[in-house]
Amino acid sequence: MTAAMARGLRAFGRFWWDFLVGDTPELTIATLVVVAVAFALAPLHVLPVVAVPAVAVVALVLSAARGRVPRR
Amino acid sequence: MTSADWVLVLAVFGACAVEMVEALTIVLAAGTSRDWRSALEGAGVAVAVLGLLVVTVGVPLVRYVPIDALRVVVGALLCSLGLSWLRKAWLRASGHKALHDEDAIFAETVAELATEGPVRRHRDAIGFAVAFKGVFLEGTEVVLIVISLGASQDRLGLAAAAAAAAVVVVVVAGAVVARQLSSVPENTIKLAVGVMLSSFGVFWIGEGAGVRWPGSDAFLIALVAVFSALSAAAIPWLRRTAPQPVEAAT
Repeated sequence: MTAAMARGLRAFGRFWWDFLVGDTPELTIATLVVVAVAFALAPLHVLPVVAVPAVAVVALVLSAARGRVPRR
Repeated sequence: MTSADWVLVLAVFGACAVEMVEALTIVLAAGTSRDWRSALEGAGVAVAVLGLLVVTVGVPLVRYVPIDALRVVVGALLCSLGLSWLRKAWLRASGHKALHDEDAIFAETVAELATEGPVRRHRDAIGFAVAFKGVFLEGTEVVLIVISLGASQDRLGLAAAAAAAAVVVVVVAGAVVARQLSSVPENTIKLAVGVMLSSFGVFWIGEGAGVRWPGSDAFLIALVAVFSALSAAAIPWLRRTAPQPVEAAT
């Protein structure tokens, strides 16, 4: 019973890990950075309007570059 | 409806359509190779469970969680999902990753189900389970998007209606074109939805954190334009370094 529950919990955890993180952990980390930057710069006026989207954009470009298959 | 409402409807409709094309392929395979009644029942039960999830999770979220906290969490979720959809769509469009091939998935699922033993007369548990699993797993992402977008804008009903409309459109289209689901421009839809989810994600994170976006909700359109322009530039850039064409993914 306990073993079955543990298996179920592991499978549940694995499902959500694959779902939310999967093979792009860098994008999950980047999202947390976007949140941190938004809170840190929110009191300022113009800077967060540029910086918050910029973090997401840079992270996406770097992640896509990492996902390229090398030309043989 | 505001511009944010329109983007919400398009994002939910597109996301749901993409996921439902994938789910419908599995249901068609289960129905063709096992038993139509069991496959349709499996799909129906999965849709009902997903609908129940929207009501039981979404409604309390809207009513009891402070809106700013909700927007940050939901924004983070949408941002993470959107960026990963965009990345995948860029890599597929540029030839670094194989395109999703519904024909191949259909053939593979039918072949797998053919080895599962004889079909039962009244209720085929395998056909039911395969269809249920296919619809439920593909639908979970849609539920998450419906709840996130609906709850953060207090438009849960509108988001659910957009998802339901997509289900109807895909099912009707599926019934008409049957096995030609591979002709659906899935990657283009995925790209558009990725742009919208990423834009919503960044927007809600900022809103929840207290960033004052110029033009308020209208800034969402500017974010959509930024991610669209970025995609238009990134795909040709990635294509320049693409390897030889790869086989279709299942």
